[in-house]
Amino acid sequence: MLSALLVMAGIAIVLGGVLGFSAIKFRVEGNPLVDKIDAILPQTQCGQCGYPGCRPYAEAIASGEADINRCPPGGEEGIRKLADLLGVEFKPFGGGTVLKPKSVAFIDENLCIGCTLCAQACPVDAIAGAAKQMHTIIASECTGCELCVAPCPVDCISMKPIGENIANWKWKYPVYTLAQAK
Amino acid sequence: MRTLYQFHGGIHPPGNKEPSTQSGIARAPLPSKLVIPFRQHAGAAAKPIVRAGDQVLKGQLIGMPDGFVSSAVHASTSGTITTIGAQPIAHPSGLPDLCATLIPDGREEWILHAAPSTLRQNSGQASLRTGFDYRNSDPAELRQHLRMSGVVGLGGAVFPSDIKLRPGNRKIDTLILNGAECEPYITCDDMLMRERAAEIAQGAEMLRFMLEAGEVLIGIEDNKPQAIAAMRQAVAESGFLFEVVAVPTIYPGGSAKQLIRVLTGLEVPSGKLPTDIGVQCFNVATAYSVYRALAHGEPLLSRIVTLTGNVRRAQNFEVLLGTPVRDLVALGEALPGTDRYIMGGPMMGLPLSSTDIPLVKASNCIIAASDKLFPPAPPALPCIRCSRCAQACPADLQPMDLFWFAQSREFDKAQQFSLFDCIECGACSYVCPSHIPLVQYFQFAKSEIRAREHDQQAADHARERHEFREYRFEREKQEKAERLAARELAAKQAQPAEPSVSPADAMQQKIQAAIAHAREHAAAGKPKNTENLTAQQQAEIAEIEARRTHIHELAKSAAEPPNDHGESHS
Repeated sequence: MLSALLVMAGIAIVLGGVLGFSAIKFRVEGNPLVDKIDAILPQTQCGQCGYPGCRPYAEAIASGEADINRCPPGGEEGIRKLADLLGVEFKPFGGGTVLKPKSVAFIDENLCIGCTLCAQACPVDAIAGAAKQMHTIIASECTGCELCVAPCPVDCISMKPIGENIANWKWKYPVYTLAQAK
Repeated sequence: MRTLYQFHGGIHPPGNKEPSTQSGIARAPLPSKLVIPFRQHAGAAAKPIVRAGDQVLKGQLIGMPDGFVSSAVHASTSGTITTIGAQPIAHPSGLPDLCATLIPDGREEWILHAAPSTLRQNSGQASLRTGFDYRNSDPAELRQHLRMSGVVGLGGAVFPSDIKLRPGNRKIDTLILNGAECEPYITCDDMLMRERAAEIAQGAEMLRFMLEAGEVLIGIEDNKPQAIAAMRQAVAESGFLFEVVAVPTIYPGGSAKQLIRVLTGLEVPSGKLPTDIGVQCFNVATAYSVYRALAHGEPLLSRIVTLTGNVRRAQNFEVLLGTPVRDLVALGEALPGTDRYIMGGPMMGLPLSSTDIPLVKASNCIIAASDKLFPPAPPALPCIRCSRCAQACPADLQPMDLFWFAQSREFDKAQQFSLFDCIECGACSYVCPSHIPLVQYFQFAKSEIRAREHDQQAADHARERHEFREYRFEREKQEKAERLAARELAAKQAQPAEPSVSPADAMQQKIQAAIAHAREHAAAGKPKNTENLTAQQQAEIAEIEARRTHIHELAKSAAEPPNDHGESHS
């Protein structure tokens, strides 16, 4: 009886030690779920979700305080991917959500006064220019977040939709007639 | 006799190659207008280096290669560039792309051009074309020359040839020249081999030299006996140890991977390139243009195009790049019933939205199509999973499964089933008893997957930039704090240097110093214009001073009485 108790207690102590050691040794920094969610988000850093960037939104989703349907740039497909990852139901966008075509910012260089406010607002450093010098958008780096539009004191920034061109054109889903059953 | 191998699947559609091989290659007349797209090759479009209104000579560079996978674009004849702008081109989207419009002056005046390192400037003749010993040249220089000559694969993929000639990590054992031309109706390579076999052989030797390849095999389908005979004769006369191999006629035997399989028995693994198994493959027309570029210094300005189908005179034409399809089809006299034109063959070709579209480096054939020639596809029926498509697939895929995944947009699964090994040959659609447009589904799925990968890359890039920006803010904050701390430290260190002086003394010292400074300043600030004055000027000054003292005295006496009141007010 006593030996059995001792054996069981010994096993418990050893296993507890192993668990305690591995909890310290193999500790995961941060929440891996946040990284997975962040990988799905489109990284426009636009703040349309109500959080200051994609990662804070990912953290909010992971902690359960935010819904998965608050990212318009990610589109419905983004919601679907998040639903798959988190094992929750797909949830359509709320009524007030406006889905805009993919755009890039454009600075009217004749109007720019070089105040640098837009460059400070850009979350991905896609605006080049120094104080009192004309600024311009590095179009290939622009995520279309629109954060630079509001700070501009002379309203010289506009959003230009990226139209369909040879480089980004996609084959359409095949449409053809099926034979009618007779 | 060489042992030949087989690839899986394949089909035997009617060849229909006879009509266009009845007469030799004719030179198409100079059109009244050329539309030269800047994107005639795989990769990035060339950058225009001419402006509207510029006069150009035949062979003049008008588009500079822009990026690693890119190639040059030249003026196909001499004339005037009238516009540079978006115009319709041969593309499944029907979208316009950047093109230069060239109005020929009819003189066909060549720009001074020559093979690398042999530009004979003393000749004085702009039209002189010179040969040179490429064997004594650096292969890198030859590749650069090919890039600047706009030489790309003329089999249809239009991949820049110079990139395919770069040395890889593996030695090239076998160079294959692709003269199979498996697609029905097309005979441009056939006629080129019949008429210009010697040049093709010379071009093949140049390719072999640059690749340092061991053996050279020229694969030609056995439905082209005249081309085989011509190539054999040319190889024998040239003395090169090439082997001309007649391969069985089966579609798509002219696809690079399938031809490699037939000739060598090797299979290019999924996601790998032929060079990874020591094989490189070039079209015979590419070898010909390599020869023209290296031996004569001629950029790629024209190509052979088959005009066939529902026309009175089917024939092959040597056409300047940029010639509108309209000008070519006028030569063949379309028969009644022709309602559309197809660029390429009936299996993989592209229906053209208009005949204004220019012929480009990829255009091997124009078929005048009518409903009689190509009856419209009957309405599709549901897939019955008969697996005829899998039997026909030359890439060993399961098209019925890929179709299923593409239809339901399960792209991950389609990719797991090796969607990207599909060569879009159309053999599956050809045999499908339900007439399902399978290739369209595969094209759709492929472009969706590519778009997603592109978006994902863009998102990762944006994340990286955003994180760097935050790191930069953090770093700047830290640097500022450090600077502040350093300044405070310096101030602290400076104070103990005069510890004996009491605060009051220090203040006194400062005041004394300030007074001394002010005195110095006053002394230095004496007006300089009162020295070295003439007697007259001094007299004037004295007079003014006297008047001033007089006014002062007057003012004093006048101001004295009310002075008491003024003080009481203040």
